[in-house]
Amino acid sequence: MNASTKHATRAAVSANGLRKAYGEQMVLDGVDLRIGEGEVFALLGPNGAGKTTTVKILSTLIRADAGTASVMGHDLRGEAGAVRAVIGVTGQFSAVDKWLTGEENLLLMGRLLHLPAAERRARAAGLLERFQLAGAARRLPATYSGGMTRRLDIAMTLMGRPRLVFLDEPTAGLDPRSRRTTWQLIRDLVAEGVTVLLTTQYLEEADQLADRVAVLDRGRIVAEGTPAELKRRVPGAHIRLRFADAASLGAAAQALREATRDDEELVLRIPDEGGIASLRDVLARLGEGVAVEALSIRTPDLDDVFFALTGHPSKDQTQ
Amino acid sequence: MSTLTIAAQDSVTMLGRELKHTLRFPLLLIGSILTPVVFLLLFAYILGGPIGHGLGAAARGAPYVDFLVPGIVIMTVAAGSGTTAITVCTDMTGGIIDRFRTMAVSRGAVLTGHVGGNVLRTLVTTTAVTGVALLAGFRPQASVAGWFAVVGIVAAFAFALAWLSVALGLVAKSVAGANSASLPIQFLLPFLSSAFVPADSMPAGVRWFTAHQPFTPVVESLRALLTGAPLGNTAYLALAWSAAVALAGYLWARAAFRRGTR
Repeated sequence: MNASTKHATRAAVSANGLRKAYGEQMVLDGVDLRIGEGEVFALLGPNGAGKTTTVKILSTLIRADAGTASVMGHDLRGEAGAVRAVIGVTGQFSAVDKWLTGEENLLLMGRLLHLPAAERRARAAGLLERFQLAGAARRLPATYSGGMTRRLDIAMTLMGRPRLVFLDEPTAGLDPRSRRTTWQLIRDLVAEGVTVLLTTQYLEEADQLADRVAVLDRGRIVAEGTPAELKRRVPGAHIRLRFADAASLGAAAQALREATRDDEELVLRIPDEGGIASLRDVLARLGEGVAVEALSIRTPDLDDVFFALTGHPSKDQTQ
Repeated sequence: MSTLTIAAQDSVTMLGRELKHTLRFPLLLIGSILTPVVFLLLFAYILGGPIGHGLGAAARGAPYVDFLVPGIVIMTVAAGSGTTAITVCTDMTGGIIDRFRTMAVSRGAVLTGHVGGNVLRTLVTTTAVTGVALLAGFRPQASVAGWFAVVGIVAAFAFALAWLSVALGLVAKSVAGANSASLPIQFLLPFLSSAFVPADSMPAGVRWFTAHQPFTPVVESLRALLTGAPLGNTAYLALAWSAAVALAGYLWARAAFRRGTR
């Protein structure tokens, strides 16, 4: 995925000043978005930041109180029907019919999309195969694992060959293996030229999948850029050493000049150049004489990004 | 394809989905046959003796079971409203409705599917209950035309209660709440109608309510058709009430369904 070539393309989503409040509670406070066609765009933020509300507005589920938006060239307000014809939505909560088998769920989508019977069956069979659900096609979703249900959910979204797919926290609640499978499915979609807007609470997920990321905080976009650009704005990975007393801390600080020192916590933070070699070098320079109480390696996560960009921690923003 | 053709096609798709649900989990269907059957047997064999003796002119000389069965049939129609309220609420509390809403599917199709499913299920349950009634000694006197009228009134009243229960299912916060909300339709209104005893036999205040609520003319019209008594204007009243309840239920359901998109 080459982000630089994609910026020039047509806008799949273009939103200006989206606002939404529920009573006193401001959920979106002026959100602007521009997503190019074929791009993977991630909305990153904690619970309650407004990610799902943004997806619901852009997928015609709810109306914004103010602001304008167009999706694949169609005005959201005036041409909701045309928007619905080109999008696919996988919400945060499973949207499969639990009383129909996996195959019947897909065929139901095909009927609602008014596909001819032959195409309906062919497409359902193809998706079941591709999403590794062929063996479970005739079973009810109640017998599925979380990852399988999620795959069926995404497969249903793809029955209509959407050009823009919304994925609201596609890997929430999945085990690491299912998460990787889902990531691969999303990459395959992108390879077919589908535009993806996904929301996530994980910096790693945005990093893995997205061409561009917008960080959402309390209904506002506080930063936007490629994952690399965002990570440059946050303190990088570091090795953290904690000592039993001030004397050890002092001795270690002498040996590791590049470290930042925290006298209160008795902690040294050394920028991590990456990998075992960096760690080995730090330990070698530290020598045998200095007693280290604890060692940990920290990579930047959403909390770090958040703290760096907003000055407050990324705690749950739901009230 | 015109908008109307698409709407009809989507409604048929949703009806198919609803019928598949019923076939896969027939428990609710069986429940809405068993409850009226229990009441039928209870009233016909245990409570019916003294009630039958007290009926006097209202029974027109026929056994109590012939008086009772039209009421039980209407109770069967009402029993279906619980199923519809529950299934609509189950849909709303899951993510599937949001999926339908983000597709180019005609808006009300999912609700139309529920209503159609309710009417078809009701025709099945009322037929089954009538079958049990025949075994219990029910001897209908209806003509062929009379039977068609009976089916028509049952379907019309089922259609009306279906829209009402769709609305109840839409506004309920939980599946249990949807079931509770439908209980007055399932039990209170049949008992406060002339389903089990004539309206004249009730205390004054209740008598007024009984005489002026939709279940009574529907029961009276079925009773007249099935026992071969003069129909009077009860059939027209039954159809008028059905139309009014259907319209009110439809408007309520439509408003509740739209409220979900704010």
